[in-house]
Amino acid sequence: MKKTLQLLAGFWLVLWGVANAETGSGTGVGWGALNLPAGVTPDSHDIHDLHMTILWICVGIGILVYGILVYSLIHHRKSKGVVPATFHENTKLEIVWTIIPFLILIAMAIPATKVMIKVYDTSASDMTIKVTGYQWKWRYEYLTEGEGKGIDFFSSLDAKSNEARQLGSKIDPATVEHYLLNVDKPLVIPANKKIRILLTAADVLHAWWVPEFGWKKDAIPGFITDGWIKVETPGVYRGQCAELCGRDHGFMPIVVIVKTEDEYKQWVAAEKAKQDAGKADASKPLSLDELVAKGKEVYASNCAACHGLEGEGVPSVFPAIKGSKVALGPLADHVKLVLHGKAAMPAFKEHLSDVEAAAVVTYQRNGFGNNKGDSIQPADIQAYK
Amino acid sequence: MASTTKDAYYIPHKAQWPIFGSIGLSTLLAGFANYLNGHGFGSTMMIVGLGILVTMLFGWFGTVINESENGIFNHQVDISFRWGMMWFIFSEVMFFAAFFGALYYTRVLSESWLAGDSSFSYGSTKELLWQGFTAVWPNNGPGHVGGLEDGTFHPMGAWGLPALNTLILLSSGATVTWAHWGLLAENRAQLIKGLIATVILGFSFVLLQATEYHEAYSEMGLTLGTGIYGSTFFMLTGFHGLHVTIGAIFLTVVLFRSIRGHFTAKHHFAFEAAAWYWHFVDVVWLGLFIFVYWL
Amino acid sequence: MSVTTHDDTHAHDHHDHGPAKGFMRWVTTTNHKDIGTLYLITGLIMFFVGGAMALVIRAELFEPGLQYVDPHFFNQMTTLHALIMVFGAVMPAFAGLANWMIPMMIGAPDMALPRMNNWSFWLLPFSFVMLASTLFMDGGAAAAGWTLYPPLVLQTGHALPFTVFTVHLLGMSSIMAAINIIVTVFNMRAPGMTMMKLPLFVWTWVITAFLLIAVMPVFAGAVTMLLTDKFFGTSFFNAAGGGDPVLYQHLFWFFGHPEVYILILPSFGIISSIIPTFSRKPLFGYSSMVYATASIGLLSFIVWAHHQYTVGMPLAGELYFTYATMLIAVPTGVKVFNWLATMWKGAMTFETPMLYAIAFVVLFTMGGFTGLMMSISPADLQYHDTYFIVAHFHYVLVPGAVFALFAATYYWLPKWTGHMYDERLGKLHFWLTTISVNICFFPQHFVGLAGMPRRIPDYAVQFAEFNAMSSVGAFVFGFSQLIFAYVIYKAIQGGEKASSEVWEGAEAHGLEWHLPSPPPYHSWTEAPAQALISDLH
Repeated sequence: MKKTLQLLAGFWLVLWGVANAETGSGTGVGWGALNLPAGVTPDSHDIHDLHMTILWICVGIGILVYGILVYSLIHHRKSKGVVPATFHENTKLEIVWTIIPFLILIAMAIPATKVMIKVYDTSASDMTIKVTGYQWKWRYEYLTEGEGKGIDFFSSLDAKSNEARQLGSKIDPATVEHYLLNVDKPLVIPANKKIRILLTAADVLHAWWVPEFGWKKDAIPGFITDGWIKVETPGVYRGQCAELCGRDHGFMPIVVIVKTEDEYKQWVAAEKAKQDAGKADASKPLSLDELVAKGKEVYASNCAACHGLEGEGVPSVFPAIKGSKVALGPLADHVKLVLHGKAAMPAFKEHLSDVEAAAVVTYQRNGFGNNKGDSIQPADIQAYK
Repeated sequence: MASTTKDAYYIPHKAQWPIFGSIGLSTLLAGFANYLNGHGFGSTMMIVGLGILVTMLFGWFGTVINESENGIFNHQVDISFRWGMMWFIFSEVMFFAAFFGALYYTRVLSESWLAGDSSFSYGSTKELLWQGFTAVWPNNGPGHVGGLEDGTFHPMGAWGLPALNTLILLSSGATVTWAHWGLLAENRAQLIKGLIATVILGFSFVLLQATEYHEAYSEMGLTLGTGIYGSTFFMLTGFHGLHVTIGAIFLTVVLFRSIRGHFTAKHHFAFEAAAWYWHFVDVVWLGLFIFVYWL
Repeated sequence: MSVTTHDDTHAHDHHDHGPAKGFMRWVTTTNHKDIGTLYLITGLIMFFVGGAMALVIRAELFEPGLQYVDPHFFNQMTTLHALIMVFGAVMPAFAGLANWMIPMMIGAPDMALPRMNNWSFWLLPFSFVMLASTLFMDGGAAAAGWTLYPPLVLQTGHALPFTVFTVHLLGMSSIMAAINIIVTVFNMRAPGMTMMKLPLFVWTWVITAFLLIAVMPVFAGAVTMLLTDKFFGTSFFNAAGGGDPVLYQHLFWFFGHPEVYILILPSFGIISSIIPTFSRKPLFGYSSMVYATASIGLLSFIVWAHHQYTVGMPLAGELYFTYATMLIAVPTGVKVFNWLATMWKGAMTFETPMLYAIAFVVLFTMGGFTGLMMSISPADLQYHDTYFIVAHFHYVLVPGAVFALFAATYYWLPKWTGHMYDERLGKLHFWLTTISVNICFFPQHFVGLAGMPRRIPDYAVQFAEFNAMSSVGAFVFGFSQLIFAYVIYKAIQGGEKASSEVWEGAEAHGLEWHLPSPPPYHSWTEAPAQALISDLH
């Protein structure tokens, strides 16, 4: 029986540990990060406080319940020569322990309701960003005039993490900075502005979650859900997809860089300049080798997850590209399939630039031993869009 | 403790039919799965499985009918059967509840969210994803899935065949009750006449339903693939039609047994089970008529 | 009441000779104990199969990086682990206990519908073979989680229709078993055994059976819609056709929430049988226990969307489901308080069943606390789909449902086999299991709160220590169960003879303790004497 007691004592120490742990950043390292982050938005503070309140109420009830249990286990045992009592009901007591929990619940429901109403209030936002989940990356579109409208990009796992996370890569994840929590192109937002996040998905369910912002919400294909953030402190905040979305669900992180208002304006200007430069590129003709080389990169980050790095596919689920009817068939059909999608195959027309689309199609027709020999130029892609 | 006293609760030994049922049913379903996956042998497996299953049903029910007619079941066994049947029907009610639930959810909630005229959370759905969609039931969704060439279709009206079918099913409920009165009054002619009428009405219903389906598929652009309207319409009426067919077969068996002289005024569980089942499909139909065809 | 048995070839009753011999005995049996044994053995085998999958998961999660399996296979493992543990291990084990114990507890000769009883078991092996075979199909087994959410699950390869049909077969099996239990309890009670005299195990199973009949068909309907969406062009879960992927979640959780109570209510019944026996005191608040169980059963139908706080329901929906869910804490609390009051001023001894019962009360309550925390919808916006949830439901299912099953096995094993089990090994099993289960699941609270999502095969390095700990706990837990299997085997083989009462004073706690150990092939061929029933607590 002593062991039971020790065990119980152990629980309490651990629980005590949780409650008193550093409530700092969720991305902190090691044993300190045991609790919900206190967060950097009004919602996250409220939710953290609510969480601590319920936790302490539970701890209180726990001390009472486990205390009575332990007392009983020590004193009411046959080996102590106790003669068992025969009582088996007590109406007053039973009414008391029905009503008191009910009152405690009401006390918890009131703050919960207040917080939920606040979390749901996305009105009067300063800017809106549409976030779309794809297998397995995020797309960010800035919708608000004067706050970067027209900026539109994809964000996927960074190359270093991606290399290290392959089965049998022999790379120690500890040597990769922000392993699995880093992306090639983070979302950038201004601090201290109320930003409405609109969520949807292109293929299957995803969920957008940055713990420091206090909430997660599902991205549902065909529907828009929403939430809001107003980040107080500039910095880098990391999160992950939180709804199982297939093979690489664990590998589509979210990184948000929060900048001061001025820095944000500079970033928007730089993005706009890059966009214009990209448009100019599309009219430049490229050689077959250039297209294949570029296409290989585009393929690795956009197609390989389903169709395999060697174009081998997954039987009955994802068709192979190596030797496929599409890659060896008419060029026009191939381009259309890539741009417009079909069944489980997503449409890539908004996803790839003209250069990227031309490159990846050319690569698919000439890589993996397909050696079809033909190619398409970036300038010709528009006609198929 | 004699072997066949009427006051003893009968406990059968050596049930060989259940294992046939398991083999038959899993062969049937594995065959169907293979068929869906595009394997040719799937349909052969389905036929074999169905054969085993039908043999099992004949064998199992045959055994129980023999036992019943030999007077092995006492009153308590009869009550067990009754409770069993009632809870089985309750499970069937819940199966239909899933599809009625889907109808309610899509008609009342998701349609209006897609059209963006509900709570603010969904307000942007129409603006960003489905511009131009208005939620007027019936519809086949903002993507106009299925339907005729132009994506439209004709919904099924309530006052043609469906109204006639309502009349047929309601009358069959009356005829089966009339047959029951005959049985209770030891009037076998009335029992048999009532059952014949019920069975004829039941199969007429199925026939008319088939006609309605044919019309929907060939002329109205209304198929299983016609968006959410086609999905809910055909899954609800289709599963109901399947249950009507099962119920009508059940009643046919009861009819043949009545002709053979089975059942007495006090001992006729199978008749009552069939009648309860029939009333259950009747009630489901009323739900369908109101929520699928009429409103 | 007396019993009559028939044989197809002999007009005379056969029961004095006991069961037939050989393999066909088990295939064609209609005997509640035989079928109970089949269920229990199936449950144990599937517990090891599902456990092996859990160890694949924990091995991969031992350290960051992918060491052993492809992420797609990892997802198949999480999906099948859950489906097998829920439908293959826990539910059959409870059905086995119901079959064994209910007729003995209510003074009946057997279950009410013995042939159907055979069928409800014999559908299971076929469905599990079908489910296991999907692992070897093109595209692998279903990998969308046991919830089978669309649209992801529609990307499954050849396994999809097989998975759907497995659910149909399991559903049929459960519904038939549930009908049998309800009919048996309503119609087969010995004279004098009124509803409010029933042992709580019987009561909890009646309510469980009601839940099963009500919700399994809904699940069957939902997966049927998956099938037609994939193969017949329907649009239930496709927004373009006017459907909604979230519709599936509502249907699933309308089944799924009662389902998790299906997994725990019989445990409440078991614990309510064991604690009074080893406290040598009547159960405290019998009728409030019955009403609390019924309330939990009813509440389970109106709280389902608390599994979906993050799908973007309208605010009113979020708040309604928050309040309704919080209410469940009241009847659940009543149960815990009643168990404490039963122990209070008892004369406790601590044999293995009692140890497991006490651990159940302690650890299930832990799961209850985290459950209460996540009923609060705004807080759940953080907890949802993290390891905090994984910790929560494993606390209610492993030291909850599974511990109750261990407790029940040790409690009734002497009754079933006629031999006492090895108490020393039983205690060793208890301590290894209880310590390792906490090492496995307690750290998961922390990684969850710190931001680790569930259902991922690889994780950021700051979660490494706790995951390593968790994996060590899982492996110790897993291998400790071999002791359990050995204890059962040993008790079947022989050992100290068990008396009919087995546990001191147990006769006052249930009719089963008035039958010899092992009991005769047909339990109560003559109804138990009135005095036995009126003497029950």
